[in-house]
Amino acid sequence: MKVKVKTEGLEKSFGDNHVLKGIDIEITEGEVVCVIGPSGSGKSTFLRCLNKLEEASAGKIIIDDYDITDKKTDINKVRENIGMVFQHFNLFPHKTVRENVMLAPVTLKKATKAEAAKRADELLQRVGILDKGDAYPDELSGGQKQRVAIARSLAMNPDIMLFDEPTSALDPEMVGEVLDTMKELASQGMTMIVVTHEMGFAREVSDRVVFMDGGYIVEEGTPDAVINHPQEARTQDFLSKVL
Amino acid sequence: MDFGRVFKEALPILINGLGVTVGIALISIFAGMVLGLISCLFGMSKIKVLKGISAVYIWIIRGTPMIVQAFLVFFAIPQLIQLVNPTFRLEAFTAGCITLSLNAGAYMSEIFRAGIQAIDKGQMEAARSLGLSKGQAMWKIILPQAFKISIPPMVNQFIITVKDTSILSVIGLAEIVNKAKQYVGKTYQFFATYILVAAFYLIVISILMVISKFVEKKFSYESESKNRRA
Repeated sequence: MKVKVKTEGLEKSFGDNHVLKGIDIEITEGEVVCVIGPSGSGKSTFLRCLNKLEEASAGKIIIDDYDITDKKTDINKVRENIGMVFQHFNLFPHKTVRENVMLAPVTLKKATKAEAAKRADELLQRVGILDKGDAYPDELSGGQKQRVAIARSLAMNPDIMLFDEPTSALDPEMVGEVLDTMKELASQGMTMIVVTHEMGFAREVSDRVVFMDGGYIVEEGTPDAVINHPQEARTQDFLSKVL
Repeated sequence: MDFGRVFKEALPILINGLGVTVGIALISIFAGMVLGLISCLFGMSKIKVLKGISAVYIWIIRGTPMIVQAFLVFFAIPQLIQLVNPTFRLEAFTAGCITLSLNAGAYMSEIFRAGIQAIDKGQMEAARSLGLSKGQAMWKIILPQAFKISIPPMVNQFIITVKDTSILSVIGLAEIVNKAKQYVGKTYQFFATYILVAAFYLIVISILMVISKFVEKKFSYESESKNRRA
């Protein structure tokens, strides 16, 4: 299997705050990796380094054979291939749902307006909100917003998807619809890295669970191994609080 | 207090002056918006020289009265240029436009900066994560939203700019207050003349406010159907 994401000795500091202290990981094509851990453990920072929303302080990050820590790499090109879904959706409030999905392909001249609109409708259908195409984000529920955000990030046909706590800002009754959309993506072979507190989702959907704490990967393995039979004391402690 | 006489004699003169007032205000509002946007983007740039230019510009404009700025543009700077080019002359209208545009631009720059900084940083991140460059994200995502928030303070600045044209009477610009002063000097019809002048300003600024309400509505983020229901 092809390696899609690889980090070597990835470190990140914000001033004196050493958030990532050396992360080594390899993620292969089609793999679904859930990253769990207490808040402040560096999991979101790790994810944000992968598409350079945060610049690594040290180490290497290879995405699809592109070294994104190399200044010469055109990060915009690499980002086209990495979709990202945020905790707070970050939909563009001045655009309709359909325009949100069309924006990147049209702006980056990957499609004409007509092609992008057609593709947007396909994606909205896929996430189950085709009827909201003409609505503005403020008129949607949280779950609908997050599904639009997923459709938007799929519009550039990425083959890696990053999810940064995609259900943490949702009302409980809306978590299911977003997780279902993500499950569907996973079943179609998308390479996914998901920072989440949804242990059920991690157990059911992921190929690998990574437990982070204090800027390190403390433990990783199959969901069964990490969630049901954790070896490390810190993993056991964390899981005893969330399960 | 001969309103009839003032109406007959002064009205054409005042309307003529009003044309100059509105003309110079419109040019300066437009130029001020362009200057303000450039200065704002300079100020937020990572390049130190551009940041410096923006900071000094805003510092000078905010730190000096407009009447002094008008004297500098109309008298002081031409005197400097005349050392090199003795035939150089600046029309009062041109000098007025430059002064008022520079003045409005500095305040507009601060209005835009506040607008841009009010946009959640997640908007930039979402745009960048889709592969848009910083410039594309700024142009397509940040500026349209910042512009919307900036409309009320911008309209306020427009109103100030319209009224500030009256200060330019000191460099001999033939705008409405200057024309009124000349007429009053000859006829002593203070009351009727200045009431008329005030009325003209009120009309112009009321029109501006009506237009701004319309623009603000146009920029609301709701679908047509919801607007119709409301």
